[in-house]
Amino acid sequence: MKILVPVKRVIDYNVKPRVKADGTGVDLANVKMSMNPFDEIAVEEAIRIKEAGKAEEIVAVSVGPAKAQDTLRTALAMGADRAILIETDTEVEPLAVAKILKAIVAEENPGLVILGKQAIDDDSNQTGQMLAALLGRPQGTFASKVEIDGDHVAVTREVDGGLETVKLALPAIVTTDLRLNEPRYASLPNIMKAKKKQLDVKTAADYGVDIAPRLKTLKVSEPPVRVAGVKVADVDALVTKLKELGVA
Amino acid sequence: MIEREEMPYDVVIVGGGPAGLATAIRLKQVDPALSVCVLEKGSEIGAHILSGATIDPKALDELLPTWREDGCPLAETPVTDNWHWHLTKKKKFGLPHLVMPPFMSNEGNYTGSLGNLCRWLAEQAEALEIEIFPGFPAAEILYDESGAVIGVQTGDMGVDREGNPKADFQPGMNLLGKYTVFCEGARGHLTKRLKARYDLEADCQPQIYGIGIKELWDIPADKHVPGRVIHTQGWPMSETDSWGGGFLYHQANNQVALGFVTALDYKNPYVYPFEEFQRWKQHPDIRAILEGGKRVAYGARAINEGGWQSVPMLVFPGGVLAGCSAGFVNVPRIKGTHTAMKSGMLAAEAMAAAINAGRAQDTLGEYDTAVRESWIAKELKLVQNAEPMVAKWGGEIGTVLAGADMWLRTLFGFGLAKPMKHHTDASTLQRADLYQPIAYPKPDGVISFDRLTSVSYSFTNHEEDQPVHLKLKDASVPTAINLPFYAGPEARYCPAGVYEFVDPDGAGAKLQINAQNCVHCKTCDIKDPTQNIEWVTPEGGGGPNYPNM
Ligand SMILES: Cc1cc2nc3c(=O)[nH]c(=O)nc-3n(C[C@H](O)[C@H](O)[C@H](O)COP(=O)(O)OP(=O)(O)OC[C@H]3O[C@@H](n4cnc5c(N)ncnc54)[C@H](O)[C@@H]3O)c2cc1C
Ligand code: SF4
Repeated sequence: MKILVPVKRVIDYNVKPRVKADGTGVDLANVKMSMNPFDEIAVEEAIRIKEAGKAEEIVAVSVGPAKAQDTLRTALAMGADRAILIETDTEVEPLAVAKILKAIVAEENPGLVILGKQAIDDDSNQTGQMLAALLGRPQGTFASKVEIDGDHVAVTREVDGGLETVKLALPAIVTTDLRLNEPRYASLPNIMKAKKKQLDVKTAADYGVDIAPRLKTLKVSEPPVRVAGVKVADVDALVTKLKELGVA
Repeated sequence: MIEREEMPYDVVIVGGGPAGLATAIRLKQVDPALSVCVLEKGSEIGAHILSGATIDPKALDELLPTWREDGCPLAETPVTDNWHWHLTKKKKFGLPHLVMPPFMSNEGNYTGSLGNLCRWLAEQAEALEIEIFPGFPAAEILYDESGAVIGVQTGDMGVDREGNPKADFQPGMNLLGKYTVFCEGARGHLTKRLKARYDLEADCQPQIYGIGIKELWDIPADKHVPGRVIHTQGWPMSETDSWGGGFLYHQANNQVALGFVTALDYKNPYVYPFEEFQRWKQHPDIRAILEGGKRVAYGARAINEGGWQSVPMLVFPGGVLAGCSAGFVNVPRIKGTHTAMKSGMLAAEAMAAAINAGRAQDTLGEYDTAVRESWIAKELKLVQNAEPMVAKWGGEIGTVLAGADMWLRTLFGFGLAKPMKHHTDASTLQRADLYQPIAYPKPDGVISFDRLTSVSYSFTNHEEDQPVHLKLKDASVPTAINLPFYAGPEARYCPAGVYEFVDPDGAGAKLQINAQNCVHCKTCDIKDPTQNIEWVTPEGGGGPNYPNM
């Protein structure tokens, strides 16, 4: 079986995003970027499946700027076998990504596509589901456990109030949640070896996909600053204060 | 024994700052066939770089003459006007340029982020097939039986707090070089070991330092004058009889980079460099620039202040020191980038010639000579008494004397005094009972801030379950000596609040080390009065994530 792992280059989780002064978006100039943490978990899971002898090849794919090659190299250093970059400098919405992935699935024929449940930059949580719908394949989202069993995969899902296990016929789509695994480090020897692995660069046009955005961003603003609380001396003072504020 | 993989290179470079990257680029320019790698402890190139910076492009012009046309971000903001302010508590006096020696002019210089210059240099380096490995600190030096340096070992990953391997343990790797170049910047932790092992400071004065604390602000467009650079002296250091000064540079995108350097030879243990910076920002003339703006980043880094007389022997079997590892900062100009790059280039030229002559792992004396004959030496000798004069005569008189000394050297080639002596910064601290605690103003949350909020703007992070990377040689010293005699200075000089004396159960104070907050400035390694603290590299990728600093 072949596994396809889509990965996205996003603002690093340690960095506080800063909104551009003109409110058109988040300032990414010279800000540290990394692989989306949920995608790292997806790469790790793919490697574990391969190490367990249940897959032969892992292909990492990213849709993004030329610099996303670094993200793909990280996936290769962790253990992916080869990589494909669909290079574009425009922001690509989940539907367009799903369409590109659909075209790559048609070419590569993976038994499993495993990807993050969402990217920490736009928090869309859509790509995996859209891809499953476009392909008409079963999906197991928010996975905290993935077990390949012959031509099926059992996916334990984190749902409100507990865990749910679903059994999907392969080929299928799985999206990862935080507790699925702890991704490994890309070691220096493996980073050196990853430089020599195959990385193909293509464009959306190569797959005949129109990636023009369908949504228009009106305004990006920072969350309102929390106003500091006030201390009151006793219950009476509290009641007076609440009345003053018109909430009681 | 842990089994470690090995990789041979012609040259292994430790540190991806301006010195390390200039070394790498020059090596490949001279001989594209050489194999060169650069190790960087930050999570990416630039992540640990903190500087002003107003940069003299002299070395960049020599290294990459078309840098202005090739998309280098530094080209964006040439210096347009240049001010020196002498501050009193409420007022400023502009010092006329006539009293400044000509080299203090910033004409022809550029102001911008040194981190971004390094990011750009790294792109140029990668285009030359230089292998850059961010996130991998050089943790140990490797020697052969004869005692020559043969390379370095990268840090182990996945070790728990007690030092045991975790499930994701990855052993460090040995990188071997015909020559190894140490470009760790001020107070490199491997450089410190090399200086001791090969006695590199036998014929020079000890290195001394300042701690520079810096912020980046977005300010209203109507206050922003791209290319304006301002330096200040006088207040607030005049209040504590110590030395230091501020800088405020108007850079691209309506941003100003501002910071305050406190010389670490201060005597009064109550001096609190973070608070000096905060109150400096509240000076009416600085505050006026920041009002209506917003802080976007914070950080700190030590800077060399020893000048020419503290430059050590630069070579030893198998390796060399370049950049601030050696210490080529022109102190009155607060500039070390151009000299750092130039020293790296000279090292590269010497190494390439030696390797092509079939040499390896010997002592590159010709590099040491080349530096001493270069414009680095000429420039630094002009200003060699600036810092010691201030240290000896105090901030006000010392500055005037230093100015006179620099003028005489510029015009007539001799100065007021012979090269003056230094004392290590650890040795200058005096007992707390000789001083009164200093009452610093409370932060207003608008212009001045508290330390912990500030640290969060360095975006620093360290894996929590790892050995503490601030090693105490003797765990009893902080409470047996530092607290009773010096009122616990580490609680004040650390710009990240890593050291905290706590007494949770009333059984007596203990030192708590919040290592995950460390911003890798190296001040504790420098200023601890008994030299009991040793800074070592934490797990790779840990530390600040500076954007545009
Ligand atoms: C507040 C402040 C303001 C300044 N202003 C100016 C200015 O306006 N103009 C100017 O020209 N200069 C200025 N300087 C000085 C200038 O920043 C330095 O001279 C210059 O950065 C030195 O370059 P370097 O490459 O030697 O060291 P650094 O710039 O310190 O770079 C060293 C690099 O090596 C890495 N490293 C260190 N140890 C290891 C290890 N063991 N393994 C792997 N990586 C390691 C570090 O993470 C870092 O990236 C200023 C400095 C400070 C602190
Ligand atoms: S612990 Fe030491 S190196 Fe780290 S921030 Fe504090 S003073 Fe600087």
